[in-house]
Amino acid sequence: MIEAQALGVSAVGAPSGVRRLRENRVAVGAAVVLAGLALLAAFGPWLSPYTYDALDWRHLAVAPGFTASHWLGTDPLGYVRTLYGLRLSLLIGVLATALSVGIGVAWGALAGYVGGRTDSWMMRAVDVLYALPYLFVVIILATVFGRDSVAMLLIAIGAVGWLTMARVVRGQTLSLKRREFIEAARATGLGTTAILLRHIVPNLAGTVAVYATLTIPELITYESFLIFLGLGVQEPLASLGSLINEGARQMLTAPWMLLVPAAFLVALLLCFNLLGDGLRDALDPAAY
Amino acid sequence: MLGFAVRRIAGTVPILLILVTLSFFVIRLAPGGPFDEERGLTPQVRANLDHLYGLDRPLGVQYLHYLEGLAHGDLGLSYKLRDESVAGLIAQGFPISITVGFAALVLATLCGVPLGICAALRRRTAVDYAVTALATLAIALPPFVTGPLLALVFGLALRWLPVAGWQQGELVYLILPAVTLALPVCAAIARMMRGSLLETLSASFVRTARARGLGATRVLLRHALRPALLPVVSYLGPAATYVFTGSLVVETVFALPGTGRYLVQGALDRDYTLVMGMIILYGALTLLLNLAADLAYGWLDPRVRHD
Repeated sequence: MIEAQALGVSAVGAPSGVRRLRENRVAVGAAVVLAGLALLAAFGPWLSPYTYDALDWRHLAVAPGFTASHWLGTDPLGYVRTLYGLRLSLLIGVLATALSVGIGVAWGALAGYVGGRTDSWMMRAVDVLYALPYLFVVIILATVFGRDSVAMLLIAIGAVGWLTMARVVRGQTLSLKRREFIEAARATGLGTTAILLRHIVPNLAGTVAVYATLTIPELITYESFLIFLGLGVQEPLASLGSLINEGARQMLTAPWMLLVPAAFLVALLLCFNLLGDGLRDALDPAAY
Repeated sequence: MLGFAVRRIAGTVPILLILVTLSFFVIRLAPGGPFDEERGLTPQVRANLDHLYGLDRPLGVQYLHYLEGLAHGDLGLSYKLRDESVAGLIAQGFPISITVGFAALVLATLCGVPLGICAALRRRTAVDYAVTALATLAIALPPFVTGPLLALVFGLALRWLPVAGWQQGELVYLILPAVTLALPVCAAIARMMRGSLLETLSASFVRTARARGLGATRVLLRHALRPALLPVVSYLGPAATYVFTGSLVVETVFALPGTGRYLVQGALDRDYTLVMGMIILYGALTLLLNLAADLAYGWLDPRVRHD
């Protein structure tokens, strides 16, 4: 991280964020692993002749290996679901993050651009929400609305992930709005909405990319956390969290049921964090 | 300092009230009620039950009634667990939850701060890289992964520690849950400490202190450490929130008889008073700890007291 930053300062000319990111080998490695995991989540289930709700009752509790193409093993009921779990976890993480990013960018950009009393009230609301133990609120929301529906679960998780985004976006907007091109846009008679959409938001892209990448693993963790408490997606659907939960109960007889999904989850979270850190150093060296 | 403290304490009351109000109405908007699963209730009995618990009254009246009880320190009776008051359940379970939580916080701080200092002082050596890499890994490991893994290794394979359970006064039962909760917090503290100490060490007042001929230890302890600790102190508030939220999972993993299980169980059972009691308990706790972190911050950094 520090290296990338030092390079950015010492190199002749200003290297672009992309080049700085490419020079960060850890971040590039993380991106490659993530791409592999995403491909595996998208197409991996097709490599296996079994679907997520199919039981292979001739191969119960098979350890990972080459038995009947159960490369990642089966559980005592004969379910073969690790890659489906990966797919669902990734999907929930990405979609819930998209929701949080949407709310956070809208909230932060509006507060920062309009300023004044609106800004102070909007940001005070964020402060209050920050002080709440918000996972408790998610737990209540998920219990109340989201037990059977993945969509409600998404909304419950996405509804809490936007606070940091709103703060960061507001800060960026505050500095953007004093720049000349915004002044020029206003002078040509452009309305607030148009300025926000055409000039402010596109210029936030770098910052948003950094924090979105860091929000995804956080929200994947929340989802798994809810599942661990018996909320969230229900059988026969599976996410990595529910597989880990299941595996923890069987760890004496079938330790791979814990270890395989845990390894996938940790790889996923670690790579998102590493990539996010790399992006932050590359696009936004001043923040670190 | 006193005015600052009073202002901050007064600021937490409305936040708690918002939390109470929000959860009161959200949980009651949910379909179903606490007596739905009782079998063989005649409509008359059911109506009597609802009347006894005040469930037949308008929601606003119920809310005011609940607030009135709350103002007298009465959290009500559990709807589901017979003959148990919410306060009684808290009194049984909370000492365990809070012991585990505080043990985790103390452990995380005591390990994280020195690790961060070591990494910063030995910048770009093997020590630094090892601490940074382990911290990045530990932050990515949520407690519901590390908990079962630690139980698998230290409980089942090595048989050094009990896999789960709790016995009053036996500290061995505390070790695995506390370590599980402490790991990510410890990692975050180490990273933060490293970053802020590096920044402080490059500040001009540290250069001046060195120029005056002070030794490295003296510069570190007398000049650099205090400002470098500030971000860590302000992180302790969110860390406490994280730890007490994570304790819900850890109590499940290690089968601890704490209060964590009541929140989810109560919400699923529509046991309104129990859920509200849990939310108020944990809400007040996190607000209190955030407040303590703020006050400690104000004590360390006189500049924030006068804004």
